[in-house]
Amino acid sequence: MNSVNAAPSLANPAEKEAPLLEVDHLEVQFFTRRGTVQAVRQVSFSIERGETLGVVGESGSGKSVMAQTLLGLTELPGRITGGDVRWKGESLVHDASATLARVRGNEIAMIFQDPMTSLNPVFTIGTQISEVLRRHLGHTRKQALVRAAELLDLVGIANAAARVKQYPHELSGGMRQRVLIAMALACEPELLVADEPTTALDVTIQAQILDLIGDLQRELSLTVLLITHDLGVVAGLCNRVAVMYSGKLVELASADDLYANPAHPYSAGLLRSTPRLDVVMPRLVSIEGTPPDMISPPPGCPFAARCDLAVTECLEEMPGLHTYPDGRKVACWRAFEVGRG
Amino acid sequence: MGRYIARRLVQGLVVILGVSIFVFVITRVVGDPVKFMLPLSASAEERDARREVLGLNDSIPIQFGRFAGDLAHLDLGESTYVRGEPALDVVFDYLPRTIQLVALGMLLAVVGSIPLGVLASRKPGGLVDRVLTTLSLIGLSMPQFFLGYILLIAFTVKLQWFESGPGPWRTHLVLPALCMALPAIGRLAIVVRSAMIDELNTQYVKVARAKGLSQRRILGVHALRNAGIPYVTLLGWEMIRALAGYSVVVESVFNWPGLGFMAKTAIQHQDFYLIQAIVLVVAVIVVLLNISIDIAYKALDPRVKLS
Amino acid sequence: MTAPDGYTAQHADEDEALHQEEALQGRPYELAVVQHGGLFRDLISDKLGIASFIFLVTLIAAAALAPWIAPESPTQGNLSNAFASPVWHGGTWRNPVGTDWQGYDLLSRLLYGARTSLIIGVLVVVLAGTFGVLIGLLAGYKGGRADRWLMGWVDVQISFPGLLLAMLLIALVGGSVLSVTIILAINGWMVYARMTRGVVLSVRERPFVEAAEMMGCRPRRVVFHHILPNLSTPLVTLAVLEFARIILAEAALSFLGLGIQYPTVSWGLDIARAGDHELFGNQWLIIYPGLLLSLTVLSVNLLSSWLRVAADPQEREKRFASRASGTVSGAAGGGGAGL
Repeated sequence: MNSVNAAPSLANPAEKEAPLLEVDHLEVQFFTRRGTVQAVRQVSFSIERGETLGVVGESGSGKSVMAQTLLGLTELPGRITGGDVRWKGESLVHDASATLARVRGNEIAMIFQDPMTSLNPVFTIGTQISEVLRRHLGHTRKQALVRAAELLDLVGIANAAARVKQYPHELSGGMRQRVLIAMALACEPELLVADEPTTALDVTIQAQILDLIGDLQRELSLTVLLITHDLGVVAGLCNRVAVMYSGKLVELASADDLYANPAHPYSAGLLRSTPRLDVVMPRLVSIEGTPPDMISPPPGCPFAARCDLAVTECLEEMPGLHTYPDGRKVACWRAFEVGRG
Repeated sequence: MGRYIARRLVQGLVVILGVSIFVFVITRVVGDPVKFMLPLSASAEERDARREVLGLNDSIPIQFGRFAGDLAHLDLGESTYVRGEPALDVVFDYLPRTIQLVALGMLLAVVGSIPLGVLASRKPGGLVDRVLTTLSLIGLSMPQFFLGYILLIAFTVKLQWFESGPGPWRTHLVLPALCMALPAIGRLAIVVRSAMIDELNTQYVKVARAKGLSQRRILGVHALRNAGIPYVTLLGWEMIRALAGYSVVVESVFNWPGLGFMAKTAIQHQDFYLIQAIVLVVAVIVVLLNISIDIAYKALDPRVKLS
Repeated sequence: MTAPDGYTAQHADEDEALHQEEALQGRPYELAVVQHGGLFRDLISDKLGIASFIFLVTLIAAAALAPWIAPESPTQGNLSNAFASPVWHGGTWRNPVGTDWQGYDLLSRLLYGARTSLIIGVLVVVLAGTFGVLIGLLAGYKGGRADRWLMGWVDVQISFPGLLLAMLLIALVGGSVLSVTIILAINGWMVYARMTRGVVLSVRERPFVEAAEMMGCRPRRVVFHHILPNLSTPLVTLAVLEFARIILAEAALSFLGLGIQYPTVSWGLDIARAGDHELFGNQWLIIYPGLLLSLTVLSVNLLSSWLRVAADPQEREKRFASRASGTVSGAAGGGGAGL
């Protein structure tokens, strides 16, 4: 599952055999009274050290649910019902308590969508950052507070020494997201999972936070998994892009390839609905229709009902994820036919 | 903070004034304070003479003016049941016993309710949760006096571990305090449980798990501290009710000579000066407890501004 | 974040559509009927809930029919027949649960006691509930000065030592079903007012109420057709809980001798009298009325806790999921299911 298009300067040849993170035929289901929701269906991909992978899809595509399995955060009514997630070869799904205890917040860190509710309202910023350091690095209370202030400085919070004594409600949303990023970076993780880190923020703050993540990624050679519904966000940050639709991975390609020539009609639709600076577009086009009901998904391609190129085969049989000669993977009976119209 | 407390004290005074007017008016208008002061054989003239001495023939506003004046000197009249004693002295004679009872009862309630509630919240709908919730419901569904009799029958009559009634307080306080605590444990454990379930579903707990914190720290520090905010409010109410209500019942069952027992006796003997004194002292304690609850609340939740 | 985004979003849309329907038609009652069918099915699947329901229905029927089904008058007895044993301790069917120290038939007293408890419970809930809801609606809908004064009144009265004052009042006016009912209602309306005001304040901001106001609905119509229906679920839950509390309060007052008086029958009074006489002797005279009282309150509480779960969609989903996913346990490792 090597990525042909990963930035060569960052990829370490020695690590090529075992990817840093490997998601293998992952399945997550939600048990509800209406029926079983198939939130993630047979998703497989891997991340190499040093790369930035973007996972794109609309609400309900299963991307956030998938991200949470990486840290064993799946909660009822959700359950992992099949497949595996391997971190440097170790499972994070099966008998993983000990591994997770070591990995969480230490080797893999996560930042979440909503900075307003992600911090505990009754503890100071300093306490909440230093508890990670004390847990994983065995810092004393004093050491941890000093380091917490350094981390706040690193993520661009001015007057960090005073900020550690403040409570979350005394900070703005953008500030809180910076605090959460500082917290995630506390143990210098090998992988940073960012689940829609800017969705809840004002547009100007969004840009600042994305710049910050980009800077940190370069300075600290972080590996990043960025979950977003916004292809614009992916363009600036990611080497590779995974497109998810209705719980399935439909296209996995290098960012450049995807932008230049989307192979899956859904990727193309997403691209047409995203404003771009590099291509002159007469207008933004939205994708007609809605995603299928994930309690009883259609037997064929989940996108078929909304797809201009759909043929009978698309409605009847689910296309597999096929690897093409240029290295990209697409699950579509009519892959690469978008451009030809 | 100082200004806040001052304002709350003023509000408390309004409540106490309201309570005293209420008690004053209903005792004077509806009841007859002289009825029990004199022996049944006393003639109508003798009763009238006593009324005149006590100033009960004056109009209600004039009587209230005099009452308020006396109140300013902490003179609440003399008890008629405990003859010749100033009513306030009687109250302070009996109050410590009630405070012992409520204090031990509430201590047991806290020690019991938090672990039970946390345990139940760990797997909502699971076996442990259902057993504990049902037990809590049984505890809070039993009338307190019935629970008291069950405890008496079991531990005093059958097992003979304790004696009933007043005596060396260490041995005799246990059963009444337990009777005070058990329903409170039921009510408070349910509060802890649902508050913990709410907190465990929050985003910050998910973040704490993603940070790799131990289960013990997430439950015992992050979630419990937040769950403590509603808990403290309800514990305060529980204390207020124990003092101003449950103590009457529990002390009656166990013949525990506290203020609640005295309140029941004073009401049965229509000892109006004593009733007034008891109600006023209880109202003052309730006001002070309410202010303490707010301060505790502020200490637990940095978002709360006292204003 | 715990459910796939699409699923919850879709449901939120459905809810929104329902509210819009209510706003347009102004009568959500048909909807309520449909839900009740669902609720009843849900009740049957909850064993404790259905047991409580059956117990309460039986008790209500027995209390209503007490004059016809009670073996004897509860206040006439023969001293020569005192302390008769219950049937299951070798007694006769003449007094199935035995007799007390005066020879009164215990079953008859239990049935008439149920009458007193249930009547007072229902009356107080109706009186206090109606008054409290009206005050809460007024305070919440008018706002401003009316709100401040009314809620100030509520705050002051909540700070009163309620039981002491109730005891005092009953000692002065005498204990009867009527006086106990009125005094408990005076003591208990404040919770309804607070809750109603809270709901009104939150509902007022919703689009369908604003739309109704904008379309020129009169305030009375807005309050009773658009706001009141939103109160039904929290109000029913509160009323059920209060019912349990009132039954206990009546029993406590009667127990202290400051509630229901002889010859009216009350469980609390019976327990007090048995406690005075029979703590060391025939303890069943304490235990039977106490047990029946406890079971009644317990059933009401169980029913209300079932109601709370049934009315909370999230809680229902969780219960369902923990049952359904049990069949595939083992698939999810890690700390996922631990919390």
